[in-house]
Formats: sequence, C-alpha cells, structure tokens
Amino acid sequence: MIAILKREFNSYFYSPVGYVFLFVFFAASGLFFLTGPLYTGVADISSVFSMMFWIMMIIIPVLTMRLLADDRRLKTDQLTLTSPISLTSIVVGKFLSAVVIFSIGVLMILFYAVALSLFTESMNWVGIWGNVLGMMLLGMLFISVGIFVSSLTENQMVAAIGSMLMNFLLFSVELIAAIVPFKFLQEALYSISVFSRYSQITSGIFDFRMILFFVSFIICFLFLTVRNMERRRWN
Amino acid sequence: MIEVKNLSKSYGSKKAVDNISFKVNESEILGFLGPNGAGKSTTMNILTGYLSSTQGEARINGIDILSDPIAAKKNIGYLPEHPPLYTDMTVWEYLDFVYSLKKCKLPKKSHLEEICTLVKISDVSHRLIKNLSKGYQQRVGLAQALVGNPSVLILDEPTVGLDPNQIIEIRTLIKKLGKNHTIILSSHILPEVQAVCDRIVVINKGRIAADDSAENLASNLSADHKLSVRIEGPVREVKKILEAIPDMKKVIVVKEMADNITEYSIESKENTDIRKEMFNRLASRKYPILLLKSAELTLEEIFIKLTNAEFYGEELKQ
Repeated sequence: MIAILKREFNSYFYSPVGYVFLFVFFAASGLFFLTGPLYTGVADISSVFSMMFWIMMIIIPVLTMRLLADDRRLKTDQLTLTSPISLTSIVVGKFLSAVVIFSIGVLMILFYAVALSLFTESMNWVGIWGNVLGMMLLGMLFISVGIFVSSLTENQMVAAIGSMLMNFLLFSVELIAAIVPFKFLQEALYSISVFSRYSQITSGIFDFRMILFFVSFIICFLFLTVRNMERRRWN
Repeated sequence: MIEVKNLSKSYGSKKAVDNISFKVNESEILGFLGPNGAGKSTTMNILTGYLSSTQGEARINGIDILSDPIAAKKNIGYLPEHPPLYTDMTVWEYLDFVYSLKKCKLPKKSHLEEICTLVKISDVSHRLIKNLSKGYQQRVGLAQALVGNPSVLILDEPTVGLDPNQIIEIRTLIKKLGKNHTIILSSHILPEVQAVCDRIVVINKGRIAADDSAENLASNLSADHKLSVRIEGPVREVKKILEAIPDMKKVIVVKEMADNITEYSIESKENTDIRKEMFNRLASRKYPILLLKSAELTLEEIFIKLTNAEFYGEELKQ
C-alpha cells in the first residue's frame, strides 16, 4: 500500500496534473479569500470553504481520473494485480495518494486563516478547524467517487467527466428532493444529501453523525471500487 | 512447480481456454506454443491471478491461486505480453517500486544491481523508461519479473521486439535461469521453443494439441519426406532420374541457376526416406548433389498437422 501511495503521489508531479490541480486550488481559494474576508472586512473565512465546494466538484475528478483508468490502458494493472498485495491495498493506496495532494491544497487555506488572525483577535479557530475537517471529508468523498468511476473505464476523459457528473448528482439530490411529491422518497433523498451536510459544517454546525455520514459514504465507494475490480477478473 | 487441472475460461459464450491440464516440474522450462489467439496469454493470466478461471484449478508450488492468491503470487515473476511499465519513471525508480510492491526482503541495492547486470540494463538504469527502445523496455519488463527472485517465472513472448543478438542473449539467460527456476515461456515461433525448452505444450483454439518433449515433438513433426535439393546436371535428365525413384510423389523445379545448377523441391510418400537412393542414383550418373535439406514445416503446417487430423494429439502422446 505504501509503495502504491508513494508511486502515485510522485506520478502527480511527473505529469502536469499535480501542478495544475494545486494551481487551480490555490488560485480559486485565493480569489474567494480576496472577495470574501478581505473585501468585506469580516474575519471569517467560512465563505471560502463553502465556495470551494464548487471548485472541488470539478477539479477533484481531474485528480482521480487516471488512478485506475490509466493502469488499465497501459496494462500496468498486470503488474499490480499479480503482485502479492490485496486489491484493497491497491485501491486504498491510490485513494490516499490523491488525499495527500488534496491535503496540500487544504493546508493553503489554513495559511489564509493564520494570515487573517494576525489582524484580528476575534478569530473563531474552532469553527475553522470544523471547516477544515468538513472540507477534508468532502474532498475524500469526491476522491472515492472519482476512484470508483476511474475503475469503470480505460479512458481518462470519460473517468473525469463521469465523476464530475456523479459529484453533480450527489449535489443535486437535494434539488431533486425538493420537487419529489412523495414524502417518503423526499426524506430518503434528503438523508443522503451531501451538500446540505457540508453547508451545515461550513456554517458552524458540527455533529459527529456528519463525520459518520461522510466516512460511510467514502468506505462504500472504495468498497464498490474493489468489487468492481474483482468483477472484471471474472469476466 | 506449476499444476493446471481442467482449466477453462469463457468470455461470454466464447471459450478462450477449454479444459486444459498440464504440469511443469521444478527446474523445467515449458514452452507454450500456439498461434495468436490460441489462449496462451489467457492461460498465463489465470496462472498469475490476473484473471480468474471459469472452471478448474491452477496451483503454484502447491498453493491454489484462487484460494490463497497472495501466497501464490509471492512465488511468481510475470512478464506479460505488453511489459507493464510505468513509462514516466526511470528504470531504477521503477524497479525500486516493484521491489517494495513485492515486499521483497533481499538487500535492495545489490539485488537490483544484480538483476540489471543480468538483463544488461545497467547502462540505462537512470533513463526514463519512455525514452528507451522496445528491446530495452522488454528487458526492463523481464527485470521486473526477476525482482524478489521468485521460483516460478511466467514469460509471455519474452523475445518479441528484440534484435537477433538480443534474442540469443535472452534465450541464453532464460536457459540459465531454468536451472533453478520453473519457467513457462510462450511463443509462436517453433525454433524458439525448441531452442530453449525441455518440454513443449502446443495449444490451439484453447485446447492442448500436443504435450511432449522438444525432441519427440520435433521428430514427430519432421518432414523428411519433403526435401529441398540443389543438383548440378541437365534439368530434364535429373528430373527423370528423380521421378524414377520408388516412393517418389512429386518433383518440382524451383529455380534454374547458373552453371547447370537447378533447385528442386521433392516430395516422397510419407514415412519413407529416399535420400540414400537418390544419392546413389545421381552419383552413378555423376550429377552431384550440392545441397540437401529437409523442408521445414511452418508453424501453420504444424497446426494443421496437429489439429486437423483430430486424433493427432493423442497419437503423439502415445
């Protein structure tokens, strides 16, 4: 698992993908920091976190698109799948490599918070840590979705667009729920709404059930990925 | 040791591998011979745990690849048809990655250096794999299979893309490795498997057509009744002499060359040897034979021979 994690992490910087991801992440968060806390003069960076939802929805698929799709296209999966390691450690290794890159981006937002705290005494650090945790959970959820979609195809572009659609679907569950006429179905859809939970976190409401919600979502998608790779061997 | 029992693999309704069984003993090199699409790669992919079989079992050193894949895979070094190379890495980085992927315990630097020397890639070890030629890439693929010194090596067409000198080098290397490894090697070139392997399994359309030692198979498949000869002498007379030999079926003039020399392709009845008779008759008339060789069967002819006559495989075994 460590070997896979290391290789995948390094490979982000062999190609432009890692740099592009971090550039867009830094640029977007910088812009939101500028238009949010700096223009309004309010020492609260939670707006940066909530705006980043949209950016993450689009750029995390770029981070995950090649993780499994490329292995299949280049036939390097013949190396990893015939090595004495389990499918789970391959998938988790790849998952963690994307998580590490993503964390570098999140660290940058923390840097804004530190910069802001130099000019004010009323920094809400608890709220910021809550936001960071929420963002990490959301990012990991998108990454697990991306890995799952990447395991379905050999084509990176298909994987990227597919996971963007999946992310959009996860977001729009709430919109769909609003117009669904059946109470039961509506509640079911609300109960899996990612966006409402994330916006709760960014608005300062924090609940351990939310952590559980995200973690189970992530595990579910990683599990589906492993099962899908297992299925391919049988076909 | 590799044991394969009643192995089948279907893709939908198409059977890629159909009920094959064979065994490779320790320190034996088995050649897997078959045309493209015969099921060679599929079988190898099943043996290495990349694909799972529809039916039957495969054991590596006694460990079932399906029930305990991780333990079985520890014993295998696999070079697939397309070497599984991460082309964005240097050769050394790649081998280092494979080393940790296989959880290898041998001393890293000396082990990897030894492999690089063995397959002769030391001089390119710090170059990016994507910038290497096909031959070098193939050798990096072979190096990857050797990491961790596994007791079983499965090599899918290891000499593809190499130049003639490299082919000889790799064949010599495989022979050397065969002294203390169990090796399966696939190819669609008969002379190649004959040169390297102790035993040959011929596979066609997912079935085993023959399983025999290299010598037996070669003699069974030899074509002594089909000869190619070059004789000095007037064409008409020589042809007449040749046609007069008993058991002669066909004499064809292939090419008339300078200085009264002509090349003939002759075919006698099967299981007859007319070479002595032909020599005596031509010698008595002072028409010297300048060249005499048995026409080699092409791979296509072998498969036709082994597979069209339905029981030929059985005959060979007996």
